[in-house]
Amino acid sequence: MKGAEILEEALWREGVDIMFGYPGGASMEIHQALTRKDRIRVVLPRHEQGGGFAAQGFARATGKVGVALATSGPGATNLATPIADAKLDSIPMVAITGQVPTTVIGRDAFQECDVVGFSRTLTKHNYMVTDINDLARVVKEAFHIARTGRPGPVLIDIPKNVQQSYAIPNFNEPMDIPGYKPTSEPNPAQIRAAAQAIMESERPVLYIGGGCIHSDASEVLIKLAEKCDIPAVSTIMGIGAFPARHPLFFDMLGMHGAVYANYAVSRADLLIAAGVRFDDRVTGKVSEFARHGKIIHIDVDASEINKNKPVQIPIVADARLALDAILAQVKPAQHRAWVADIEAEKKKLPFRYDTNASEILPQYVLDELNNLIEGKNVIVTMGVGQHQMWAAQWLRMHQPRTFMSSSGLGSMGFGYPSALGAKLARPDYEVIDVDGDGSFIMNIQELATAYAENIAVKALILNNRHLGMVVQWEDRFYESKRAQTFIGDPRNPEKDYPDFAGIAKACNIPGRHVTRKTDVRAALEEMLAAKTPYVLDVSVMYTEHVLPMIPAGKTFADTIYE
Amino acid sequence: MRHVISILVQNKFGVLARISGLISARGFNIDSLTVGETEEPKTSRMIIVVHGDDPVIEQIIKQLRRLIETIRVTDLAEGRFVERDLMLAKIEATPAKRLEILQIANVFGAKIVDMTAREIILELSGEVGRIDALIGILKPYGIKELARTGSVALSRGPIAPASSAAPGSAPAGVNTL
Repeated sequence: MKGAEILEEALWREGVDIMFGYPGGASMEIHQALTRKDRIRVVLPRHEQGGGFAAQGFARATGKVGVALATSGPGATNLATPIADAKLDSIPMVAITGQVPTTVIGRDAFQECDVVGFSRTLTKHNYMVTDINDLARVVKEAFHIARTGRPGPVLIDIPKNVQQSYAIPNFNEPMDIPGYKPTSEPNPAQIRAAAQAIMESERPVLYIGGGCIHSDASEVLIKLAEKCDIPAVSTIMGIGAFPARHPLFFDMLGMHGAVYANYAVSRADLLIAAGVRFDDRVTGKVSEFARHGKIIHIDVDASEINKNKPVQIPIVADARLALDAILAQVKPAQHRAWVADIEAEKKKLPFRYDTNASEILPQYVLDELNNLIEGKNVIVTMGVGQHQMWAAQWLRMHQPRTFMSSSGLGSMGFGYPSALGAKLARPDYEVIDVDGDGSFIMNIQELATAYAENIAVKALILNNRHLGMVVQWEDRFYESKRAQTFIGDPRNPEKDYPDFAGIAKACNIPGRHVTRKTDVRAALEEMLAAKTPYVLDVSVMYTEHVLPMIPAGKTFADTIYE
Repeated sequence: MRHVISILVQNKFGVLARISGLISARGFNIDSLTVGETEEPKTSRMIIVVHGDDPVIEQIIKQLRRLIETIRVTDLAEGRFVERDLMLAKIEATPAKRLEILQIANVFGAKIVDMTAREIILELSGEVGRIDALIGILKPYGIKELARTGSVALSRGPIAPASSAAPGSAPAGVNTL
């Protein structure tokens, strides 16, 4: 078999039936092989970054490995952002890049770039296949590494002559990764210690994150919370793992998290941290974070233990298996007064906005959207910035794998392409990209992909003509001096620019531009009713700030409320 | 505190870049790094000497263990071990000073590996401190060039089992895998 055919067969054997690939000189051999076999659907994005994020959207929606393919040089460097993004959010992904022939590697050939070199620290692992006889085994290892332990991106760089040479593949060759033995089963002694701590605790809090979604821990989380009457808070990565309306759920914590969520953590005498990494956007000043209590830290990656925050009870294990084991050992408990305390705080300081404002506030749009989609089979993706935080605050998600955000790397432009991948993975779900105008324009070319490939995703743009989050920081910390944060029309600053509905129309996608509050609801309904891709551009006030806010490096006591 | 970390890795293309890249990407400072094949040609042993307090060392070791091509990472400072460094030093040695230098070499058990009319190259392998001492004594004579390998090290006695501590069982400050 030809190298490219071995790759196709190996991908098929890994269960790949859809992937995202943008061809070029060094990768077209692979595209030819994929097209000849015609069993794996290859979606053509309009930019490699879009392809990479689409692969991520696919992976985030399913837990399966997302696959992106690009050519050498610029094709590969354009994949760098989605790869780094997948690493920080622990998303299983395999990136395949064509490379110049081995005979010219190192000679600055056309479209040559040291891909394994630059991607070394962006990936969980990477390969350059220089011997065709390694190809089948390397693909097997790559998928295994991407999906096991702490999931992450793996890159395979394949020189063109390897794609074109012939060999008799052995798809059953054992993997050669003797040092890779991810832990999944928890240590019984640590489980006993954790169960004991939970039973002794008077003010426990569950602090849940993306690891709970990766390990499908939702069910056991709810059971544990109910059995021991433990309030739960979530990172942005954990949204959906715990049903939003559950009486024990107290929303997102952190910099723009709920006051009552941060209050709960600051007062807790025991923090059960499951599949989280004590990110600075969650903890603020890390030494002050949850300082009144013990911490149980469950993570499948041993290096997360004590990395940012020293903990008393580390459990290196799959979150679901660890929580299952703890659940079996704890006795039912009641913490009514503690839960009531947090509820009182919630009544006092809920998320809020001026519902009577005559202008369209971004929170209002999301609140209305939530009224229309809550409880339905909906996946929401988003870009990065204010709209992302408002989405986390106002959209009430009830299922895991339905809220997708570039959380760790914070890549603008994530929303629309990842929505495409999610929709392909879950065609039965309504998929909505809630985006900002800045983020949307970063991968706006993917509108053409949506049309060409018939992917009926919806884009809701909260258009404030500014880079809102930076504007907010300018307002708070830089005396409102605008420094390249206006992205509207300099000659007509009040008017929305560019005309997103017009761009959509040029891509044969219906769209609508809304400037009056009274039109918002009907426009949202129209968007949701569409059976095709749809772009809804809503003009919103740019002066709104995401609140509450704990400034970077500060503590709960420093929360800004107004 | 000074730590000598022994890393057994698969002998694959780019593995040295992976280890050194990790060390720089995570902002760790190392004193030395050596690498060479082991008794098994498919594996290499790297020895890293690093200064740091316990949390830093714990993070370095955990990050090293996270690399896919890493087979085993041991902090040799946790047990007894032998450590050796190799030095080559080119010393200015005019006929008048030659005898003195040869006497010093003799005291330290250093070998003379080259001698010309004006220089001597000395070779010494030994503990790091011993080499530092010799360098200190030779300095006034004029060291023209100096090359050191950095530490190689092995634990004393039988090889410890691959994973002595059960996963997740260790308290804060102690290595876990």
